[in-house]
Amino acid sequence: MENLTRAPDVTTLDPIAIRNQFPVLRPDSTGKRVIFLDSAASSQKPDVVLEAMDYYYRNDNANVHRGVYALAERATEAYDRARSSVARFFSVVDEGQIILVRNTTEAINLVAYSWGNANLGPGDLVVTTEMEHHSNLVPWQLATQRTGATMEFISVDEQGQLNLTDLEQHLATGKVKLVAINHVSNMLGTINPVETVVEMAQNAGARILIDGAQGAPHMSINLDALGVDFYACSAHKMCGPMGAGMLYGKREVLEAMPPFLGGGDMIRTVGLRESTWADLPSKFEAGTPSVADAVGFGAACDYLTQVGMQAVAEHEHALTAYAYEQMLELPELVIYGPSVDERAGVISFNIGDVHPHDVASLLDEHAIAVRAGHHCTQPLHAKLDLTASVRASFYIYNSKEDVDHLIDGLRYVRTVFG
Amino acid sequence: MSDLYREQILDHYRTPHNHGTLDPHDATYEDTNPLCGDKIRIDVRIEDNILTEIAFSGRGCAISVASTSILTDLVKGEPLDEIMAFDKEDLLDELGIPISPARVKCALLGLHVLKAGIDQYSREQHPTGNVEQISD
Repeated sequence: MENLTRAPDVTTLDPIAIRNQFPVLRPDSTGKRVIFLDSAASSQKPDVVLEAMDYYYRNDNANVHRGVYALAERATEAYDRARSSVARFFSVVDEGQIILVRNTTEAINLVAYSWGNANLGPGDLVVTTEMEHHSNLVPWQLATQRTGATMEFISVDEQGQLNLTDLEQHLATGKVKLVAINHVSNMLGTINPVETVVEMAQNAGARILIDGAQGAPHMSINLDALGVDFYACSAHKMCGPMGAGMLYGKREVLEAMPPFLGGGDMIRTVGLRESTWADLPSKFEAGTPSVADAVGFGAACDYLTQVGMQAVAEHEHALTAYAYEQMLELPELVIYGPSVDERAGVISFNIGDVHPHDVASLLDEHAIAVRAGHHCTQPLHAKLDLTASVRASFYIYNSKEDVDHLIDGLRYVRTVFG
Repeated sequence: MSDLYREQILDHYRTPHNHGTLDPHDATYEDTNPLCGDKIRIDVRIEDNILTEIAFSGRGCAISVASTSILTDLVKGEPLDEIMAFDKEDLLDELGIPISPARVKCALLGLHVLKAGIDQYSREQHPTGNVEQISD
């Protein structure tokens, strides 16, 4: 069991020491290493997370919430302990409010189906924004098509910030049932004023969902204090495995919702024609869960807590500022989104008319991994009159040296396409 | 020097051959690479099942533009059935650069658009007959 709680050897944020805890990022036998600048798509995983998952399968594996034998009890304990770690990470006291799901997308779809089908109808409004990831747009398109409700949008201004007057106007109609916004834009890097939006929505009697996929990995978040109705995130962007994620929901909201998926584990009693539901969180966790992924998620939360989320945010801000200032100096380079003080560790850009895929391929020749494309934000790219962009994103294992490699790489792009 | 962005590729990107549109044309087709939203449109003129003129337009990366430019040189004056039988590996060989799996769609977008356009043309010419299958 020690493996699950073993503290990483970090007390302050030393990106080189942290990098050496991530197998993918360690230099290979020839001394080469990947300069990984695509953590906004998916972060790398530290040894402690991989070991926790491996330990689970080697020592504790059995189906959970079923067996009465010792091994099954250990599996159930591992799963429950993972949930406790996630709850602690988000400062949530009531662990029944933490639903373990596959990822942010599944969490949002859970709300869109379960809450949406029960609460939306013709005349109702769902308000989201022009800067959403497709995963916080498409579920609401489907939900409003199913229920006859209508979508409205908060526009994005020239500085890459939300126009909250749009939200005010929509809320003033009295028809808004739900406001669904991202915590941090995965393209612009904008850190949205979620405290304000939560207050505005709830004062108007609307529910508020926050897509925290890009927020949770990068800053200290207290969900009990925030008072949000729903908060969704993915483990794989926060040092955990793919296949695990969280839906946080307020207890009274979750209890009033019908189940999402039906099956084992989510029931109290089952008859041939009707059934009753288990208490939270099981009500929304039908079927055998991915226990090892949950264990990895819990280990990732403990790991990040150990690193210190304040230190994480400060490190990323310093590194982003270091990159931003140098990138501004490069000829023909255009950065999208807000000033460096108002953004998370994400910089989307283009260089002249060089195609983003060509930029990414040239950087790849220097083992620099960046994202090129629309980053699942086609409406935002359309608004900015772009087909695609290049995105560099930073995390705890990135150093100033990585940024220097990026800047050199971008100069190389200019020499090829100059 | 870049392995991927060799001088031949960059030359075709900077000054693509057969670039533009054809008006009138016998067939036209446009498609998108869903990965990046790039669009390529190809117009062709056809006489006696021979592709006599070809022009392409749209927005693409260096790989897709160069690949389509090279393709247009290769297919001009060729019979439609031979173009439909043109193998994607032959085009990749013609490019002469190491295309990673992630970039194969870029390199083959032009070929896909051309074959889809000819396929559409053939169906219009022979509404009930057998037509070549798109094999990319």
